Amino acid sequence: MQVNENKDFEPVIVAFCCNWCSYAGADLSGTNRLNYPTNVKIIRVPCSCRVNPMFILRAFQRGADGVIMCGCHPGDCHYTSGNYFARRRMTLLFSMLDYLGIERNRTRVEWVSAAEGAKFAETMESFTADIKKLGPNRRLEDLRCRKQ
Amino acid sequence: MQEAIIKRAKELLADGSVNRVIGWKKGEFVYDITPAVFETAEEIDADFVYNELTSANVSKYLVKETKKDGKVLVFLKPCDTYSFNQLTKEHRINRENVYVIGIPGGPKLDVEKIKAKGITGILNITNDNGTLKIETLYGEETMPFADAVSTKCENCKSKKHVVFDELIGEDGDITDTNRFEMVEKLENMTSQERFDFWRDQLSKCIRCNACRNICPACTCEKCVFDNPDLGTDNKAAADSFEENMFHIIRAFHVAGRCTDCGECSRVCPQNIPLHLLNRKFIKDINSLYGEYQAGEDTTSRAPLTDYTFDDCEASIVHERGAE
Ligand code: SF4
Ligand code: SF4
Ligand code: SF4
Ligand code: FES
Repeated sequence: MQVNENKDFEPVIVAFCCNWCSYAGADLSGTNRLNYPTNVKIIRVPCSCRVNPMFILRAFQRGADGVIMCGCHPGDCHYTSGNYFARRRMTLLFSMLDYLGIERNRTRVEWVSAAEGAKFAETMESFTADIKKLGPNRRLEDLRCRKQ
Repeated sequence: MQEAIIKRAKELLADGSVNRVIGWKKGEFVYDITPAVFETAEEIDADFVYNELTSANVSKYLVKETKKDGKVLVFLKPCDTYSFNQLTKEHRINRENVYVIGIPGGPKLDVEKIKAKGITGILNITNDNGTLKIETLYGEETMPFADAVSTKCENCKSKKHVVFDELIGEDGDITDTNRFEMVEKLENMTSQERFDFWRDQLSKCIRCNACRNICPACTCEKCVFDNPDLGTDNKAAADSFEENMFHIIRAFHVAGRCTDCGECSRVCPQNIPLHLLNRKFIKDINSLYGEYQAGEDTTSRAPLTDYTFDDCEASIVHERGAE
């Protein structure tokens, strides 16, 4: 990550997208020629439930300034219930990060279906704007992973 | 109490109901009592101790011991019975191979709290109606029993044994302690204050892994933290990120399974209040998904392997409490 204290700070955002809905949603926003910030790096996962809390921390370690997890809407998971489990997990993890004093809103969960290309683009816009406001991730970074 | 326990252990060994006994044996000093497996009445007579300095929760030893041949006898304090239940629920203990005797628990003493008063060269400690008489190399010292009570006993959650085959002494009740007081205090701080508090605490960690090794919920054959590729396997390579990561991940792995037995904080050589991490998860689970006490039974579904259609969304945690 480029260490950039000035106002044209460009955050690195990692988005975990489930294969069956959100990743397809991202695809749709592409085919619809909608813009969303290039800061967002998508990692495709088979289901939101695949996202281990360690993945989120790893992303921060390797230089992410914000991490968002997207999956099918509750009730629509390709594997029936994966996102229900993921929802509990992420809720508890985010609460713990908050408790440890990591700034709020550096993490988010959003449900985006395969038909919601526009929602995908909007979500990424607003999440990127939030992270820009928060500034670079300092409280949960690995100094050795910082590229000078 | 010790006599009654020893008597019963020897009886069960003699009649062949069990062939081993898990208990505690005396160490070099009066205060370094350690868990041990006894095989004969002689060994028990020589070394078995159970008193106010016997704090260790021995339920985790059953993971290995119940895989061996023959029955093993174990003595469990009320808090240890929760760990026992939780381990049974996770299929880590072979219930048929163990005979459980419930014994009264604490309050136990924490010798570190005595040493913190500048009392050194301890030879013997006796409790005289709420006053500790401490015999040392330099003469006798006294201090109130209450001032040396182990942190894990300060917020005792239950004096009731949730599982046993037999009891020695009286069974008690679930106690109503204010165990979330400090968690609440932290929740009401600002994010920067919380960050500073935890950095201050977690940076003391020497990654000795004692907290994981003692924890009855940490029984994985292959622990993620033993993976050398992870980069979190020792202190030398650790920076603030890894200190945070180790603690977040370990607490997360035991979330919903941690019985709040207090062993992790008890053994931490750096006195890191690890129970404040676990209790945060317990508190969140209770408030978001309904009251749940791990180890209370062996049948209910754990909160993280369960869900309801109308669970709250993750954003809830960014909306409540202090910023
Ligand atoms: S995390 Fe600590 S309090 Fe919880 S079960 Fe493990 S040792 Fe006991
Ligand atoms: S820290 Fe996690 S992986 Fe390691 S023993 Fe505990 S629960 Fe298992
Ligand atoms: S017992 Fe304490 S010092 Fe050791 S690894 Fe755990 S928290 Fe760190
Ligand atoms: S497949 Fe999309 S959340 Fe499970």
